[in-house]
Amino acid sequence: MNYHSPASFAEASALAANVDGVTRFLAGGTDVLVQLRADIVTPDTLIDIKMIDGVSDIIQNDDGSWTLGVAVTGAEMTEHAGLSQDWPGVVEAMDLVGSTQVQGRATLTGNLCNGSPAADSVPAMVAAGVTVTVTSADGSREVAVEKVPTGPGRTSLAKGELVSAVNIPARGDNAGDAYLRFIPRTEMDIAVVGVAVSLRLDGDIVTEARVCLGAVAPTVLLVQDCADAINGSTLDDAALDALAVAASAACNPITDKRGTVEFRTDVAGVLAKRAAKIAYARANGETVKGDHA
Amino acid sequence: MTKIHVTTTVNGDETEFLCDPRETLLDVLRDRLNLTGAKEGCGTGDCGACSVTMEGRLVCSCLVLGAEAEGKDIATVEGIADGDTLHPLQRKFIEHAALQCGICTPGILVAAKSLLEKNPDPSETEVRYWLAGNLCRCTGYDKIIRAVMDAATEMREAS
Repeated sequence: MNYHSPASFAEASALAANVDGVTRFLAGGTDVLVQLRADIVTPDTLIDIKMIDGVSDIIQNDDGSWTLGVAVTGAEMTEHAGLSQDWPGVVEAMDLVGSTQVQGRATLTGNLCNGSPAADSVPAMVAAGVTVTVTSADGSREVAVEKVPTGPGRTSLAKGELVSAVNIPARGDNAGDAYLRFIPRTEMDIAVVGVAVSLRLDGDIVTEARVCLGAVAPTVLLVQDCADAINGSTLDDAALDALAVAASAACNPITDKRGTVEFRTDVAGVLAKRAAKIAYARANGETVKGDHA
Repeated sequence: MTKIHVTTTVNGDETEFLCDPRETLLDVLRDRLNLTGAKEGCGTGDCGACSVTMEGRLVCSCLVLGAEAEGKDIATVEGIADGDTLHPLQRKFIEHAALQCGICTPGILVAAKSLLEKNPDPSETEVRYWLAGNLCRCTGYDKIIRAVMDAATEMREAS
């Protein structure tokens, strides 16, 4: 295995484009190094992107949007008061990943590019409308997070392409987000079901809802039927019930040791309602603790 | 295979070593620098026995490559005591008998020290969450939690 630590994304992409065999990019390493150790994936080329300028920056742009470097860790996100205020759902989802030790290294970009359908931060990013900047020899393009995973362990990124920034939209007024997951215990486990909701309010009416489900299909699911179920409502019981039905209907899960198809399908509806209520309360300016208080 | 030359700081001392690209920071600490306090439990970031800090941030050294330590400031359990004077956490672990086999103890000490530097007055719940990534198969955790809470109290009173 060859280890490289390039000084720019252009250099990193050129390196990746010009080598044969298995290439992995190293951000926090909490998946890549586990796979290396377990002989699941042994890269021929490992490209550490943490020496590139700005990869640990959390920047709020003039329009209120956020640009996060690809090596920003979960711990750095949680410690950032402004980001946590704007996007508590995204920050809490990332915070649910692994232990304190893992939080010191793990990144949004790695969680996304690892391609796990159960990645906690990915549904939250999708609901929030997050995009990633993808850099290659041909330049850069902006890709919606939901367009990155294509199946378990697979992404739409081509050889020589890598994520070079995470772009979180401006939160704007009267808006909130939330992410909830089910695990069989309180900490240190992988989502059996995850649900993220982001919405805006016009008075007490929901607008611009985005609902994303994790761990219930080969990729995370952005479910328009869920958004339609609550857009235009006051999130009354009828709307919540319709949301739950739409969430369950969208599920295409597997049965494994963590949960059955039936369980996952049911819990997706339950969590969708709970997450929507938290997002609604946050959009109303209430401070609501998330899953990981 | 070409070895990588790394210059780093471990417990305040500038150190250099040569390592294979696949070697983890844990391998380097134990096998090249003879700092065997950090233990390999799982090797996959689940058990926390290899906990160290890098740039002040708690990490599993099994999930860091030796090469990534270049220019970084690493702290291990060997740096916790001040010469022969034990750190309050170390004393309280002995007083409370907060260990049995001891394999997890170095990692828990490093993790607990990192918590108390960030939050000198944690609740029991906060201690339990912070240490959720440090597995102990002997103690049932209660004595560990009590030792950390007691050390925190003593350190607050002393400061």
